[in-house]
Formats: sequence, structure tokens, C-alpha cells
Amino acid sequence: MSIRATEQRETAAGEIVGAGGAATGVAATGGNGFYPNGRPVKKIDGTTVRMETEGLTVRYGVSTFGIQDVSMPVFDRSVTALIGPSGCGKSTFLRALNRMHDLGVDIEVTGAAILDGENIYEPQVDAVTIRRRIGMVFQKPTPFPTKSIYENVCAGLRLVGMRRKNVLDEAVEKALTDAALWDEVKDRLRSPGGSLSGGQQQRLCIARALAVEPEVLLMDEPTSSLDPNATMRIEQLIQQLKEQVTIVIVTHNMQQAARVSDYTAFFYVGEMVEISRTQQIFSSPREERTQEYLSGTFS
Amino acid sequence: MTLKARYARDAIIQIVMVLLTALVVIPLFIIIGYVVINGISALNMDFFTQELGSPARAMRGRPTGLVHSITGTIVIDLVALVMAVPFGIATGIMMSEYQEHPLSPVARLMTSTLNGMPAVLMGLLAYGLVVKNTGGFSALAGSVALAFVMIPIIARTTESVLRVTPWGLREAGLSLGIPRWKVTTSLVLPAARAGVVTGILIAFARAAGEAAPLLLTSFGNNYFSLDMTRPMDTLPQRLYSLAISPYKQWHAMGWGGAIILLLFVMITFLVGRLVIRRMERQMEQ
Amino acid sequence: MVETNNLLPARYRGPGDRVFKTVIVLFSSVIILLAIGTALVIYLEARPTFRAFGYWNFLTETTWDPVAAVHGALPFIIGTLLTSFAALALAVVPALGVAIFTTEYAPWWIAQIINYTVDLLAAIPSVVIGLWGIFNFAPMMRERFYTPIYNWAYEDAEWLVPIIGAPSTYNFVTATIILALMIVPYTVALSRDAIGQVPREQREAAWALGATRWEVMRKAVLPYARTGIVAGILLSLARALGETMAVAMLIGNSNRVPFTLFGPAATMPSVIINEFREAVETLHYSSIMAVGFYLFIVTISINLLASYVQQKLSITKGGL
Repeated sequence: MSIRATEQRETAAGEIVGAGGAATGVAATGGNGFYPNGRPVKKIDGTTVRMETEGLTVRYGVSTFGIQDVSMPVFDRSVTALIGPSGCGKSTFLRALNRMHDLGVDIEVTGAAILDGENIYEPQVDAVTIRRRIGMVFQKPTPFPTKSIYENVCAGLRLVGMRRKNVLDEAVEKALTDAALWDEVKDRLRSPGGSLSGGQQQRLCIARALAVEPEVLLMDEPTSSLDPNATMRIEQLIQQLKEQVTIVIVTHNMQQAARVSDYTAFFYVGEMVEISRTQQIFSSPREERTQEYLSGTFS
Repeated sequence: MTLKARYARDAIIQIVMVLLTALVVIPLFIIIGYVVINGISALNMDFFTQELGSPARAMRGRPTGLVHSITGTIVIDLVALVMAVPFGIATGIMMSEYQEHPLSPVARLMTSTLNGMPAVLMGLLAYGLVVKNTGGFSALAGSVALAFVMIPIIARTTESVLRVTPWGLREAGLSLGIPRWKVTTSLVLPAARAGVVTGILIAFARAAGEAAPLLLTSFGNNYFSLDMTRPMDTLPQRLYSLAISPYKQWHAMGWGGAIILLLFVMITFLVGRLVIRRMERQMEQ
Repeated sequence: MVETNNLLPARYRGPGDRVFKTVIVLFSSVIILLAIGTALVIYLEARPTFRAFGYWNFLTETTWDPVAAVHGALPFIIGTLLTSFAALALAVVPALGVAIFTTEYAPWWIAQIINYTVDLLAAIPSVVIGLWGIFNFAPMMRERFYTPIYNWAYEDAEWLVPIIGAPSTYNFVTATIILALMIVPYTVALSRDAIGQVPREQREAAWALGATRWEVMRKAVLPYARTGIVAGILLSLARALGETMAVAMLIGNSNRVPFTLFGPAATMPSVIINEFREAVETLHYSSIMAVGFYLFIVTISINLLASYVQQKLSITKGGL
């Protein structure tokens, strides 16, 4: 299967399943055919589209393009890898998916990023709510330096006012278990997050992101500062996590993309060149530029 | 030019650099040395327990001291600090955390301008605003003047320490769906706490050494007073008055006051340096 | 966990962000009000003087006589400019020497000690330096230098006498030297920063060409840091223009122009300190405020110029 952005927009309407009926408010993953806002769930080739972008463009300053007119789907409970040479805009795109650019000075985002049928860039949409539904893990582990392991994990809950200890305890244990870190840290939850090794810190950050139960998890080169062993743990973790959440991962390592992802999108100078099933893009890419990049002609 | 000649020139220049450095550094030790030698004998029990009173007191050998200047300095400076901190920190946050806000560059320009402005002008401002409108010199006017001096210093140091906290901290917080203000108050400020406190300390020390704005506002007082609405004495302004006075006994007391002032400023400075050092090391980890 | 999901969104939509931002905006506007307010209040207080003498005449009038109610700021402006530029001239070379020595020549622990010491020098309150100047430095200078030089000039170089003037204890040269001492830490710190910002590649490129340390400095480092050093010198100049207490204590306070080297003089800040508390007549008071107003204009111009130069620096940095 392959999905060219433009084609996909044209064919999208025809592939919607389960039209009609009342909205139930159950998440799309419930499989009853509707997004929570009542719009019918969109499917491509029978696979549920969890997020998609339409003509997403990010400009830095007046004229420099970060990314231009990117339209692509993100499929539910799968791993989508974004690859491409450095400076190609893959991280810029990733950050646009949870409105991380809101903070930047002189950054303009146009187009749409649609989560469960709702454009997150609509003026009435609260960026903070969106970010809780779309979590993010960064290149360098970023544990909060002033907080303990426990406090790091429940930071997202506590900072918005959750105080009940049993809820927090439960959430911390679940998130740390999901992040495959529980056994290593359960005896020292009160020690500072900075005391962990790099790989553990990164898993702590993943646990922290998971604790608020996001629906989509964005990962920006999560293993680039880790050693091979820690990298392997994170990759295994990603495989487990995709049972529950939709994952978009930026990686500069093509082997990693091949290992962990179901879909791969190739970015080049601010454009999304091609998105396909991973085995297809690595075996027989449709675009010449993809082929050249994968075979190392340019980087 | 031969290699040998080039090396020779390099060596000569090194000697010149050393000499120039000595020229800059030595006066510091001379000044500290003179202050300590001349002032140490003035620091007796009376110095810390008695008020200054009229010149006659000193000339007749009756007990006099600078306790009223020391308490006055503490009171006026602390009140100034309380007034300055919220504004200074808010401006620092504006400059570092709300860079997209139109006010942000304006605040930065104003902060750097005010930081380079002579403190005596803050004295004139406080005189025009407070002394003239309340009908007289007062400790409160002195606090206002010093607060004006402190605000831009606190703003600048707050901005710079907030900026060295890793950007990832904010992104990590936001990506968890924490609102921006909570990210600032619960993540960024605590991470930069040591630095912010140091900035406040530095502003406090700088203002504590200022005599000019106080001469125009809190005026000075030979007697003990804790009434914020009346003139109050402070160490720097008292040092000036003692130094230009014609009485030998007062000159000695001036040296004693200089030791106290110098000690306070230097300890604050050293503590500030240590804290910033530790914070930088913490951030590197 | 499920229950938290139902609980949280309401809080997210809370007014926290807007409230916090409003508070920050309100509080940080104070710094803007402060800058504008300084200019405005001092100007309003100075208005009687401007009305009586006019902006320009006040600036160019050389007489300052409160008793005769004639006020002109020229002596103080000349005094401020002369002392500041002279002090800067004295300070720049040693300051660059310290900056170069600590960044390029000295072992790191010596550099550390020197940096600490120089920063400590900046932390000494002006009034303490003034105290030292009054009781030690100024009498010593008069005895050791001014009087012998004056005596020599009186005998052998009579043309010098009108320039150096009769030696008084508190005079122009003393104030200038002290002023130089007081601005040197700023010049050091700012040039040190500028030199520290030179990328290592620049240095290494010069090293690789077989340059000696001084040649690396002169060919690679100093040209690169030039803009930063110039901005630092401008900021030091602004410091010198506004330095108040030590100068007021040591310059002798005479508004009779022309000043002589060994004779008393006055600067804008020093006249404010020395006469403000005795200014009972409205015109005298407002004239001091007017001096303050011009001091404001001068220092703000130098500061803006310095930040303009620094801005240019940051642009070149981005471009490289």
C-alpha cells in the first residue's frame, strides 16, 4: 500500500466507513465508526486514520520554510517513522503535530493537523488540552531536575491539580511499568530523576509522557543520545507501546526506522516526498529522491 | 621577522600584560588594606550600640557609634527589596519566557538602559515622586529610590538565569499538557531558583552600597529612628557625611563604617558567585 | 486513571494562563514606566530653569551662580566629558591587558583569581573608594606629584602653569584616576566576554598557520571580538559619565571654567550631590534637575549606542 498525500485527499471521502448514526463520545479506537466529535472515522485501505495533516506549512521568520504543504495520515496504533537528511523538516513537522511551535518567536503555522476529525489549529481548540492528548518525548532525556522519579512521572497529573495519592501512586506504577522501568526504580522512587542513567532517564521521560494517558506519542530522535543497549530497550518498548498508543517517531537512523515502524514517511527539504508501508519504502520506493537517499547517493 | 624575534615579541607582550594586570589588581588590595587598618580600631562595643548624635559627643569622647546607620540600612534596603522583587522577576519572566510578546523587546531595551543609568537619577526621580508629594525627606522615599535601582538588576539576572535553564524543560512540561504559566512557575522558576535568588542578592548588595540616591531621599539622621515617614540614616550616605565632615573622630568612625559596608558587599558577592557557579555545574549535568 | 480523564479538561481551560500573563505584563510595564517616568519627572521639575534660560542657553552658559540666580550647565558638562573620556583613555589599555592576559596567557587558576579580584573591585561601593581617596590617595598625590610638578613648571616651564594650575588636594586629575579605577572592572568584564565569544575554530585556524600567541590574538581574536570590545568601551563610558560619589568627593567642586589639571573641577553628578541638599530657591533646585535631565540624555544616548553596536555584533554572529 502506498499513500501519496494528494491522492489521499481525493480518495479520502470514498473510503470513509460507517457513515450516519449518532455520536457516542467513545474514542475512535473503540471501533464504532465515529470520532468523539461525531464525525465518521476515516479509513484508508481499511486502516483507521488517527491523525492527518492537510497542507501543513511552518514558516520561520518572514520567508524561510520549515516545512511546506505537508499532507499525510498517521494510522491508529501503529508506528510511523519520519526519515530524511538533517534539516529536512521532520522535527519541525513533528512539533507541529502538538502545537509546540506556539511558543516560538516568529513562527507561523498554516494548514491543518487533524486529530480524531478535529483540527487542532482551530482557534477554539486549547493547545494545552491537545498536548495532553498528544504527548512528546525529546531527543535528550529531559527529567525535571528539581523533582524525584515519582514526582517526574506524576508531574503532568499533579501540575494540573490531581492530588489523590492513591490515583497518583497507581498512575506512577502503571506508567513506569509501561515504560519498562518499574522494576529498576521501584525501590528508589524518591531519588532525583537525574540520578538515573541516560537510557533510564529517557524511559522515565516516556513514563512521564504515558502517565497522562496520551492517545498519540511523538518521539523526536528518542535514542540519539543513548548507547546501543539503551537504544534496544527503547525500541522494544516502542513495539509494546503501539498496542495502546499511536506513535510518530523521528529518526536519523534508517535501520531504526526499518526495525520499529509500520509506516515510513520520507522528508526532503521541507517537503514530505513519500509515505508508504515501511517494508515497501525500503524495498521499492516510488520516488526517485527516496531511492537516492536510501541508497546513500545524497544525505 | 625571524621566528626568534617573534617569540621574543610574544614574551615581551606577556610581561606587559602581567604588568597591566598588576596595575589593575593592586589598587584593590591597597584600598582594602587601608580600610581595614584605619577602621579596625573604630570597631568597638560603642560602634555597634550607640547612635551618632551631635559632633560634640565625639569631640568630648562620649560614646557614639553607627548602630542607627546599620539598622537604617537594613530597614531601608529590605523594604526596597520587597518592593523591587515582584517587578524585577516579572520583567525577567517577560523577557525570557514571553519572547513573542510585543512588550518583551521593549522591556529588554528599558532594562539595559536603566542598568546603565546613574543611580543618582533614580534619587532625583524618587525625590520628585515621593519627597515632593509627601512633604519631606523620608526613609520610604529612600526605599523607593533603591527599589528603582534594584528592579533592572533583578530583571536582568532573572532573565539570564531563566535563559540558561534548558529549553527542553519547557517543552517537556508543555508536551505533558501542563499550561504555560504552570510550566513557568512550577518547572522553570524552581530549576532556576538558586540563580534568581543570587540575582536578588546581587541587586541587594549593589543597592546597599549606593549613597547618591539616598542623599536625595532618606537624607540621613544623626539619631536612631525606625519611622519610615521620617529621615533615616544609612551606612553609605553616612560614610559620605563623615568623610566630608571636619571632625577627626568622625573620620575614624567613617573607616569603621567602611569595613562593615565592604564586608557586607563582599560576602554577598562571594556567596552570589558560589551559587551561580554551583548552578552552572548543575545545568551542565 | 480513567477518572482523572474526566476530571482534568475543565482545569486546563481555566483562566490561569491569561491571568498569569496579565500579571506579568502589568508588572513588567513598570520598568518601561520607570524609564519614561525618570525622563518625565526630571523634565517637569526642571521646567522653571528651561523657561528662564532656554534649553540651549542653559547648556552653553558658563556661569553657575545660585546667589545671582544665573545658572548654566556648561562647566559641569565639560567636567563630565573631560573626566570621563580621560578616565576611559586611562582604563582601556590596562583593561584590555587584563582581559587578554586572563583569557589567553594565564593558567586557568590564576585567571580565575584575577577575574574574582577584578569583579570584587567592581563591587566596592563608590563611597568607600571616595573615602580612601579623600584620606589617602588625594593627599599622597598632592604631596608626591602635584606640588613637585607645579614647582618644577613654575621654575622651568612657565607655559605649563596655566594648564596645570595651582595644586589643590581635590582636583581634576585625582578624580580622573579614581574614575578610571572604578570603570576598569566593567571594561575588563565586557572585553573578556567579547573575547570569550570568539569561536575556537578562529583561534585554531591561526594556530595552524604557525602563529605565536600574540599573533593569534592580534590576527584572529581581536578583530573578531572588536565589535564587542567597542560596545564594552561605550558601556564603560556610560558608567564613567554617571559615576557619582567618588567623583563628588574628590573633584573639589569648582564651577569656574576653564578647569586646570591640578585645580578643582565639577561634573554633572557631582554638582547634583553637592548642591541638591542646599538648593532652597526654586530656580537653583530646578537647575539641578535640569543638569540631571541632561545627564539622563547623555547616558541614555551612550547606552542606546552601545546596545546598537551590540545588536550589530549579534547579527554578525548569526551570519557567521
